[in-house]
Amino acid sequence: MLTNLFDGVALGMLLFVLAVGLSVTLGLMNFINLAHGAFAMAGGYVAVVLMRHYGVPFFLCLPIAFLTTAIAGAILERTLYVRLYDKSHLEQVMFTIGLTFMAMATADYFMGASPQIVDAPPSLAGNVSIGDLEFSRYKIFVIVFCAVLAFGLQTALTKTRFGSRLRAAVDDQRVAQGLGIDVTKIFAMTFALGSGLAGLAGALGSPIISLDPIFPLKYMIYFMIVVSVGGVTTITGPFLASLLLGVADVAGKYYVPTVGGFIIYTLMVAVLIFRPQGLFGRPVKR
Amino acid sequence: MSDTPLQADRDKAFAFLKAQARWRWPEIALWAFAFASILLMPSRALLINEIAILALFALSLDLILGYAGIVSLGHGAFFGVGAYTAGLLAKAGAGAAPLSDPTLGLLAAGATAAMIGYATSFLVLRGNDLTKLMVTLGIALIFQELANKFSDITGGADGLQGVTPAKVLGLFDFDIYGKTAAFYSVTVLFLLFCAARVIVHSPFGISLRAIKGNALRARAIGVPVDARLRAIYTLAAAYAGVAGALLAQTTAQVSLDVLEFHRSADTLLIVVLGGVGTLYGAVVGAAAFKMMYDFISSYTQQYWQFWLGLILVVLVLFVRGGIMGLIARLTGQEERA
Amino acid sequence: MNAILQTKGLMRMFGGLTATNNVTFSLPRGARHALIGPNGAGKTTFVNLLTGVLAPTSGDIFFDGQNVASWPAYRRARAGLARTFQINQLFLDFTPIETLGFALSEARGEGAQFWRRIGTHRGVVDESVDILERLGLGDVLTRRVGLLPYGKQRLLEIAIAVAGKPKALLLDEPAAGVPEGEREQILQVIEGLPAEMALMLIEHDMELVFRFAKSISVLVQGALFAEGEPAEIARDPRVKQVYLGESEVEHHFEARA
Repeated sequence: MLTNLFDGVALGMLLFVLAVGLSVTLGLMNFINLAHGAFAMAGGYVAVVLMRHYGVPFFLCLPIAFLTTAIAGAILERTLYVRLYDKSHLEQVMFTIGLTFMAMATADYFMGASPQIVDAPPSLAGNVSIGDLEFSRYKIFVIVFCAVLAFGLQTALTKTRFGSRLRAAVDDQRVAQGLGIDVTKIFAMTFALGSGLAGLAGALGSPIISLDPIFPLKYMIYFMIVVSVGGVTTITGPFLASLLLGVADVAGKYYVPTVGGFIIYTLMVAVLIFRPQGLFGRPVKR
Repeated sequence: MSDTPLQADRDKAFAFLKAQARWRWPEIALWAFAFASILLMPSRALLINEIAILALFALSLDLILGYAGIVSLGHGAFFGVGAYTAGLLAKAGAGAAPLSDPTLGLLAAGATAAMIGYATSFLVLRGNDLTKLMVTLGIALIFQELANKFSDITGGADGLQGVTPAKVLGLFDFDIYGKTAAFYSVTVLFLLFCAARVIVHSPFGISLRAIKGNALRARAIGVPVDARLRAIYTLAAAYAGVAGALLAQTTAQVSLDVLEFHRSADTLLIVVLGGVGTLYGAVVGAAAFKMMYDFISSYTQQYWQFWLGLILVVLVLFVRGGIMGLIARLTGQEERA
Repeated sequence: MNAILQTKGLMRMFGGLTATNNVTFSLPRGARHALIGPNGAGKTTFVNLLTGVLAPTSGDIFFDGQNVASWPAYRRARAGLARTFQINQLFLDFTPIETLGFALSEARGEGAQFWRRIGTHRGVVDESVDILERLGLGDVLTRRVGLLPYGKQRLLEIAIAVAGKPKALLLDEPAAGVPEGEREQILQVIEGLPAEMALMLIEHDMELVFRFAKSISVLVQGALFAEGEPAEIARDPRVKQVYLGESEVEHHFEARA
């Protein structure tokens, strides 16, 4: 019971770092980016290749994965995404599904279709026992790491100049623009940061969630649940939604394995029906 | 004001409205070709059958996407429901009428999908585009999980075996070359297309376009927006159900594949490729999609997905309005987005 | 009953803000009424409450003798409560003839007919053309609405609203943003509307108000501030006070006082 909760929290924390960038970009530009998972996958593969072929230590892979995907995100944003902000949601959906498919096929081409087996670094291998209970060292690391990251993000958002500008832009873009805030620039930076975080989480998650070419599609629904249930107006919303989803996913698979994802999907639909703006979201002002 | 110019304007307006729904010769040529192609290229009958089914499914999506502005990522649910309904019915009848009668199968599949469409329309029509996407996707995933779970009914991953529909109208047996299948599917597509064509040019159809254009104003005119959207969503679900039934009957099997996400995604691509909100876009898009698929996978079966993605990206960035939009621009007609 | 549209204790809150504050108001049948008030007084919110775009926090709305406060917008429209919008809300892909034909079909309860194509009811087409001609849109019947000049779009706003022969029509700044040369046409159209149709003009432009209105209500900070005949309102020093700082309006009061 406690172990399940622990596993769920670890998964939830990871989901939060995976999805937080998507939540902010959606809130900021009302842009539906279904390709977000591709960045996470890219981060995971970067770490795998570096570790396996170049012997780069795991802890160095994390920042590299972050930087690589952040740069990739920045480039894609400036060259392609920027053309789609004023287009319809249908076009955004088509475009980002297209990118997702391309990323999946590319991953398949270079890395093969089978899931990558990644071991946790030796210093984090094995379990810690507390009483009768065993906790994976690596998952403890993931929880602590993500918690620190979440705390850092929240602080950055509330305490820094960039954060306050970002919040202003999410709240009311036109007013923000009137105050001399360069929304386009803010968005480009947020997009890069969000992609980088996804890449980082992809690398971080590779020892505990399976990394394969269908990753972006498989986790797309998870990300979308996080942002739609968590709402896009805060980051505490997605954070709570991630934890909830992580715990529900682990518990659901453990206690009622036969129904699989059924519970999660049903819960999501139910939440969205009763609170279309998300469980923790404020209704968006017109 | 004298009476004559007014009467002239009335006549002009009348003629203008009448001309909107008139059959034009390229349309007639297209349908003539569709039927003739089965006779001219009997070896391609199976391909034609597939295109017709894809086209019908895409048509059903265009009805909600192009005419009512509902973005759905889970339209495949209705396709799957229709396929299983027809498949189970044909199996239950063991190849003999009345239960295995294909027409009955189509009607039952359409009705079942319509019922589920109506029930879920209350859920789908809430919230913004993102919420709609998630709810439609969620519903589709729920159906996929259900089909997986109740594998004793659906046959699970192995699929439903022994789907043997009876003769079409009690006259035409399904042959292994797919000739009957192709005629059957193209005919059903044609009939449902004609019905859709009537509907989009009707007062009901124009009210949908009005809702898509400006729901606030439509309400202020007195249009019961939600009821209209529920109606078209239900109809589109029925169309998708019939398309699924055609697939089940003409391929004599149903597998979990009918509920896969890629079906919904492919269909979105077909509609966008052909041109959203044009009806013909669905037909032209389906043919183009299928031929492209065959062409590319003759070189690279495994990485088809890459090219599919590239096509999507290029379409969105450079080819606004899809094939129909391109045709309209080439022939100098004003685009009606 | 003499009033076509009435409100009793109408309230609307946005978070902690009171946008409409306890408004009890009555619009007689066939009225020529104006609702004025300084910027941000909640005029458009009030119209949105009356027409059902917004739901009231509390209070009642009576239209034609029925309490419509809980009715959805479309039902009020069908009952004969029409409006125009301050910012054009048109179907840009339609032509004026399609727009009017659509509005008329809906008014006749034929909007759900899916089995026949549009334009088969000669009566609808003829009436649409008649209305459009009357409102000066006869020369652009088959032009795309999105391509029409702004003044024509403004006229089409009114044409849509009057198509269903409403019992009451709420005109939200009908001449806002219209170039000087085309204004007069809009004013004449409004003055030419049938006498039995109750009109409420929500307007900032005092020239228009005093030319058109037989009675005036003043809305300030969401509450009814003053009501009366134009001459009374023009003389009322409190009303003048409210408009202090909006020089253009002040000027009008000066001229009439």
